[in-house]
Amino acid sequence: MAQVLDSPDISTASDAPAKLHGIIAEFETVNDIMRAAKKTRDEGFKRWDVHSPFPIHGIDAAIGIRPTILPWIVLACGLTGTMVGLMLVLGTMATDFDVPGLPGAVAPIRGYKFLISGKPFNSLPAFIPVIFETTILLSAFGAVFGMLIMNRLPKLANPLLKSVNFRRSTADRFFIEVEARDRRFDKDKTAEFLKGLGAVSVELIED
Amino acid sequence: MASITTQPEVPKPLIDNTGDDPTCRAPLVLGDNDFTSITDKVTSIAAGRPPISWWIAFGAALSLLSFLGALIGYLVTTGVGVWGNNQPVSWGFPIVNFVFWVGIGHAGTLISAVLFLFRQNWRTAINRFAEAMTIFAVMCAGLFPGIHIGRPWLAFWLAPIPNQMGMWPQFRSPLLWDVFAVGTYATVSLLFWYVGMIPDLATFRDRCKNKYGQFAYGLFSLGWTGSSRHWHRYEKAYLLLAALATPLVLSVHSVVSFDFAVAQLPGWHTTIFPPYFVAGAIYGGFAMVITLAVPARAMLNLKDIITDRHIENCCKVMLGTGMIVAYAYSIEFFIAWYSGQHYEQAAFLNRALGPYAWAYYTMIFCNIIGPQILWFKWCRRNVFTIMFAAMCVNVGMWFERFVIVITSLHRDFLPSSWALFTPTWVDIGMLVGSFGLFFTFFLLFCKFLPVIAMAEIKTVMPQAHDIVHEPGEPHNPDEHQADYRPDRPITETEGH
Repeated sequence: MAQVLDSPDISTASDAPAKLHGIIAEFETVNDIMRAAKKTRDEGFKRWDVHSPFPIHGIDAAIGIRPTILPWIVLACGLTGTMVGLMLVLGTMATDFDVPGLPGAVAPIRGYKFLISGKPFNSLPAFIPVIFETTILLSAFGAVFGMLIMNRLPKLANPLLKSVNFRRSTADRFFIEVEARDRRFDKDKTAEFLKGLGAVSVELIED
Repeated sequence: MASITTQPEVPKPLIDNTGDDPTCRAPLVLGDNDFTSITDKVTSIAAGRPPISWWIAFGAALSLLSFLGALIGYLVTTGVGVWGNNQPVSWGFPIVNFVFWVGIGHAGTLISAVLFLFRQNWRTAINRFAEAMTIFAVMCAGLFPGIHIGRPWLAFWLAPIPNQMGMWPQFRSPLLWDVFAVGTYATVSLLFWYVGMIPDLATFRDRCKNKYGQFAYGLFSLGWTGSSRHWHRYEKAYLLLAALATPLVLSVHSVVSFDFAVAQLPGWHTTIFPPYFVAGAIYGGFAMVITLAVPARAMLNLKDIITDRHIENCCKVMLGTGMIVAYAYSIEFFIAWYSGQHYEQAAFLNRALGPYAWAYYTMIFCNIIGPQILWFKWCRRNVFTIMFAAMCVNVGMWFERFVIVITSLHRDFLPSSWALFTPTWVDIGMLVGSFGLFFTFFLLFCKFLPVIAMAEIKTVMPQAHDIVHEPGEPHNPDEHQADYRPDRPITETEGH
């Protein structure tokens, strides 16, 4: 239920007051959005965001985004992968004691010591490729799924996607979104403020 | 004289961006393009009905794929005797095809990961379909060892699954390393491809007019809205994936080469194999990138985005890796002589002078002599010479694997067990059919998915860095890195 505001003092058309999600303001160029983002940041808004079709260089500072902890998550996943790989190869190739299987398993899990050309059971150099691959695999899972979880994706229902105008945010336009739950949010004043930043359109977004 | 004033209006020519002047950056996107026109160009490929040429190509590819399916059915129901594999040549066409396809699968991740880490911004135009090519080539590659094991219904024995027999895969075997290397590579390449595609799928979702398309693109774009907070983590995740995929891509073909190098067989047991295989993989992969990019950019009207410079850069990478391959070929012969080991010497003399010498010289011509034309700039800019060189490498790299596998095996240590290898019609049919598998998926990708990484292309356009500084504005060095102008436009007079 999006609605374009021609002047900031227009209220929503529907009689039943729908819950307001926020206000989006549309900008045409990278320069405009950068300038507007810095002013919005300096105005003291906290629950707001910039939506753009591509990552804008320098926007993190202009919004005030702190560095993500994702690299640490990937490191933890990578170390887990190393341990999993190491336990897999040593457990199956260099030990032969019983490990209880999952509940309901018919038999315990047991390694099998192959004796090949008198080589040691724990022949670590030959195990390196497998350990390396499990490390990379789990790190990659950490990077992708860690990113998606921290971004709260997948999120298939989003009030922003109801706006026809907002569809250009994945093509060629730049949007500032100020959420209604921001403490400084005021429907009229915020719309006025965003218009003053040079937005080409300002729109109310309802839940 | 009159002709000067009455010249007809000609369409504005593309700026030539293949110059080598280091004082000016060549633009990466040509023509009068802005964010809107780039989006329109790429989304219009997926919207609407495909051209008749697409249907013809798809029909041909699908027929070959069905042929492959029928041959696999024949193989499984009859047995591996339908192939030409024998003793001593127990690794025939299936392993040759496996190494060929997995080699082609290396260019995509090289372009997406290694060139990304080296800040080679031209990769943005070709990375998406090179990655797609990687996925499909690895699918073809994975097929052959799967059906080569003799009892394909037991292929799950390759994985370390606890079982009632208490048996495990042999983790000291290079063949088992291969399972892990190729499996990890396929998974990570798929993730890399998909993560890169999420923003572009969101663009498709927002542009799509068709209800089913909106649903499908909406589902797979995961609700992406281009939030800057999302972009921040997304870019970090992409960088980390690139950093992880770089050692991975180098490890995969090294591990494939261990299948040979760890065996104690003259012609295989050499320490040069890992780097030689990796260079060969990149060589063959870039040849396939060129083979696909040159027709695709013309058919899909993408010459502004995949410019002559991109093709020329691919040619240069191919030339460079080709020289490494040529070096490897010669050093193999040198070491065979230098070792003084007569089995080793016999194996190499047999390659050049034995019954498979025709294959050896095909390989030498296609990999070493033919592509040398790319030293000339006009050859890197003419579509026929480019395609000639790329086709040479496609054929040559297949023959390289044929030479390595077949000539090293067919003469065993004992002359009494020598035998020649002759492929059967099933062998050849499966090689041809695997191209059907590859092209069916590639054509579907061209039709339904974003062929160009739109979000990435937009970051290397001048409009993305067009930030004006007002006098008296407080300067924050983190916000404006003045040296980050990867594509400062050159004027037409500056151009060549």
